[in-house]
Amino acid sequence: MQVPATFAYERADSVPHALELLERYGPEARVVAGGHSLIPMMKLRLAQPEALIDINGLAAELGRIAVEGDELAIGAMVRHAELLESATATGLFPIFQDAERVIADPIVRNRGTVGGSLCQGDPSEDLSAVFAALRATAVVQGPGGTRTVPIRRFHQGPYETAVAPNELLIELRVPVVPGAGSAYEKVERRVGDWPVAAAGAVLRVEGGVIAQAGIGLTAVGAGHFCAPEAEAHLVGRPPGEEAFARAGRIAAEHCEPHADQRGPADYKRHLAAELTRRALAGAAGRI
Amino acid sequence: MSFGRMHRKEDARFIRGRGTYVDDVRLPGMLHGAVLRSPHAHARIVSVDVSAAEAHPKVRAVITGQTLAGLNLAWMPTLSNDVQAVLATDKVRFQGQEVAFVVAEDRYAARDALELIEVEYEPLDAVVDARTALAPGAPLIRDDLEGKADNHIFDWEAGDRDRTAAIFEEAEVTVAQDMLYPRVHPAPLETCGAVADFDKVTGKLTVWCPTQAPHAHRTLYAMVAGLPEHKIRVISPDIGGGFGGKVGIYPGYVCAIVGSIVTGRPVKWMEDRSENLMSTAFARDYHMRGEVAATRDGRVRAIRVKVLADHGAFNGTAQPTKFPAGFFHVFTGSYDLESAHCEVSGVYTNKAPGGVAYACSFRVTEAVYLVERMMDVLAAELGVDPAELRMRNLLRPDQFPYTSPTGWEYDSGDYPKALRLAMDMAGYDKLRAEQAGKRARGELMGIGVSFFTEAVGAGPRKHMDILGLGMADGAELRVHPTGKAVLRVSCQSQGQGHETTFAQIVGHELGIPADDVEVVHGDTDQTPFGLGTYGSRSTPVSGAAAAIVARKVRDRAKLVAAAMLEASPDDLEWGDGRWSVVGDPSSGRSLAEIALAAHSNLELPEGVEGHLDAVTVYNPPNLTYPFGAYICAVDVDPGTGQVKVRRFVAVDDCGVRINPTIVEGQIHGGLADGIGMALMQVMAFDEDGNHLGASFMDYLLPTSMECPSWELGETVSPSPFHPIGAKGVGESATVGSPAAVVNAVVDALAPYGVRHADMPLTPANVWRTVNGDPFRTDLAIP
Ligand SMILES: Cc1cc2nc3c(=O)[nH]c(=O)nc-3n(C[C@H](O)[C@H](O)[C@H](O)COP(=O)(O)OP(=O)(O)OC[C@H]3O[C@@H](n4cnc5c(N)ncnc54)[C@H](O)[C@@H]3O)c2cc1C
Repeated sequence: MQVPATFAYERADSVPHALELLERYGPEARVVAGGHSLIPMMKLRLAQPEALIDINGLAAELGRIAVEGDELAIGAMVRHAELLESATATGLFPIFQDAERVIADPIVRNRGTVGGSLCQGDPSEDLSAVFAALRATAVVQGPGGTRTVPIRRFHQGPYETAVAPNELLIELRVPVVPGAGSAYEKVERRVGDWPVAAAGAVLRVEGGVIAQAGIGLTAVGAGHFCAPEAEAHLVGRPPGEEAFARAGRIAAEHCEPHADQRGPADYKRHLAAELTRRALAGAAGRI
Repeated sequence: MSFGRMHRKEDARFIRGRGTYVDDVRLPGMLHGAVLRSPHAHARIVSVDVSAAEAHPKVRAVITGQTLAGLNLAWMPTLSNDVQAVLATDKVRFQGQEVAFVVAEDRYAARDALELIEVEYEPLDAVVDARTALAPGAPLIRDDLEGKADNHIFDWEAGDRDRTAAIFEEAEVTVAQDMLYPRVHPAPLETCGAVADFDKVTGKLTVWCPTQAPHAHRTLYAMVAGLPEHKIRVISPDIGGGFGGKVGIYPGYVCAIVGSIVTGRPVKWMEDRSENLMSTAFARDYHMRGEVAATRDGRVRAIRVKVLADHGAFNGTAQPTKFPAGFFHVFTGSYDLESAHCEVSGVYTNKAPGGVAYACSFRVTEAVYLVERMMDVLAAELGVDPAELRMRNLLRPDQFPYTSPTGWEYDSGDYPKALRLAMDMAGYDKLRAEQAGKRARGELMGIGVSFFTEAVGAGPRKHMDILGLGMADGAELRVHPTGKAVLRVSCQSQGQGHETTFAQIVGHELGIPADDVEVVHGDTDQTPFGLGTYGSRSTPVSGAAAAIVARKVRDRAKLVAAAMLEASPDDLEWGDGRWSVVGDPSSGRSLAEIALAAHSNLELPEGVEGHLDAVTVYNPPNLTYPFGAYICAVDVDPGTGQVKVRRFVAVDDCGVRINPTIVEGQIHGGLADGIGMALMQVMAFDEDGNHLGASFMDYLLPTSMECPSWELGETVSPSPFHPIGAKGVGESATVGSPAAVVNAVVDALAPYGVRHADMPLTPANVWRTVNGDPFRTDLAIP
């Protein structure tokens, strides 16, 4: 059995309380949400926080999925399983369903949270690509109040995010785009595995040409999990296999994948192109 | 009478969470151990400082290689007559090797204290690629062995070299193929561990440990540590999977024992998942080159094989002494050949020792994979359908018992019938038609066939022993006065359902319900000697012992029944679970009636002491040879390289099926294993010898999502060498299935000119293979 090192434990009962605890314990304290990334790292002793601030009591405050004005709000404590089952979220954006059904396994999905996924900042996180494709905005709260961070500026490097040690991620806000289609494509070595590569796409077509394109990529070294050059190529063009394939190639050119036991870099680059193409075609088919 | 489907008796406790595994053992005053492991694959140990760890308030002892050296226990013999470090004294030779052992009041403290031990290492170059282990100038791993100047362990050959060469000279067609059976791990749900309790007053040592061979462990502890054997009790409680990985003695067990002796308190040590994957017995790691000589019309004439076997840092393979490559020389498979020859060379590398584990029947897995891949390579060369090619070459029923070119005596079988059944079940011709249609549309579909012959039930004492211990199994059967029975066997179940199957065997022989037979196993103080459960040997050996001992009881019951009936034993006949006077069924006496009489004041004939109890030792006259025909259908996504196993048809012949449900369960598990090995499992190492598969994030086990709904079929060829005609089935599916999956994938890739690809066929590997640029699956992906 793997056992973590000693740590203090506090259970927060509100967002302000959690922020206060973070303040009190300082930068060596960590928030624990679902714990499915943090606890394994602690058991392997790759992470040794001095204190855990448990925010599982904040489900009422941070567990909502709701349309507010022209945005879909998804609380940081929404569990993967809840997002997967949310008719509101998946009805607007089928990409959530595509992605969530291939993230980990039901046991992990029952506990793991949207906020934890984004804050973990793993370069292979699926939801990072999904929210990047959707151009979401992150709402972050700290001692000085709340602020917003565009998701494409949220990740600042592997395992580094815009959330400071004394802040909490509160929710994600996704602009609701009427008439958009979305889809997600992932290659994994086995069900429940992290992606070898994955791509998400969001498309809106107006007057026969693409009016808006969002492409998210994960595990392939895409800056901020997105592919702006490929998106730019698509806007203004009629949707179709040729445009999608070209966009895939452009996206792949701008990736910097690394070889690991999931695959060599050239394969991952190939997947970036292939999965982008497939995700775009899937998204177009759902418009 | 008692053969047939019944629920497993052991399931009642398992499904209620009431099993008792080693980690469930809690003794008063018990301490906890943790092992400090080497971060390096190859390094000289400059110094080990344990003072800070010893100063930890909860630490009770810190044991190092030096401590053990003082007790003459720093090294221990392996199952292959090599030695292995218990705790390293001079060098570390693989990443994860045991360096020190901490005993503390709880698990957390023991683990914390590991971080307080200061070890200074001087890193050395590592031998990672087995293919360079013998190159001049390769780092020398085993400088502890006197006079050792290279990394060579053994050369071994079987078959007829010259005759085989002559056939190759004149053959119309020859093909050759290099292939790797990668290093994999059995990865049982329950990791290894031990609770050791040395009682200073009685001098008795009790060790709870998930061993597949409790009696062998006891004897080895006695021989190595000099403890008197009657003062050692090994208890192997419920085991969460063994697959061969729990046959040997691991350093952690020895450390737990020493820890208990040193502290005078019981010590529990349970390894974690990464420790299990990094340091316990691996399987396979055979670099093979196969060659086939055939006629143009597809008659296979000869096969020869060269193997480079990576045995890791210590030669610790578990196999009968005479066979350093296990039973690999059964590689002629299921075919009628003129001649065959194999050469196997074993080498040391900076990897964990082990070598036979993982449901492989002593390397029959590698052998079957080799020949079944070669048959497909030949089929591709000749342009013959792979099923048809096999049909042309399978042994015919009239050839049994059949002596193979490498000296095995196959017991029984109708091979063409099994293959035909599998083809019928699969709808083989339809599948091929579907494939042709798909190919025309640019879609990739593959059909893989594999036919295997297993060699299990080791084994006849005159040929087979492990460290001098002959591979015969004892059994004791006690019949209580009311006719309920207790069977004591030497082998131990890790999920095979012995408590049910063996009760059914006794029930069958004695005409009593299986529920009336309790099977006792896994405790050396309570059971007779025998070599344990692995190599699919339990039913062939201990199961035979159970049948024989039950027949002894039945014979004794006959004498008692004769006294009861005032008849001559010669006038009695057995039927319907009763002894009765010939021609007078109403005189019949059941076993329960006879048992009561045997314990009563009934006057018994001369030579019968009373009671019905009996003991036996079963020395198998031959191995048994289960076989089967497997057909797998896959779809491959050419854009991503992903493989989907769509169908899997498995026709198994394991002789008489005692409990078909248990047999099918064994087959289901083995087929899933095969998919795992073929598609996702490998323990690769980077150039520094770092283990790249040391967690379940990296070492992937298949799930139900990767497995199709298995389609099982059976033929039944009883073994003439077994008292009830059973052959053993534990490993059949693991042995036979990887080749079927790989053959299917390679078949799918045929339009790209692909003839072979090494396991595991991950999406990346498939895609690179399609692109003509495959990578080595045993090394870090570049
Ligand atoms: C077996 C397994 C398979 C997996 N497979 C996949 C996969 O295929 N794809 C994938 O994308 N992911 C995968 N994951 C990761 C999984 O999705 C994440 O573990 C999980 O969603 C992270 O969320 P959590 O709530 O468990 O985070 P935690 O582990 O609780 O936290 C992760 C990090 O985020 C911080 N944090 C959490 N919430 C907040 C907050 N509100 N504000 C500030 N900081 C916060 C924590 O301090 C910590 O540093 C897998 C995990 C496992 C165990």
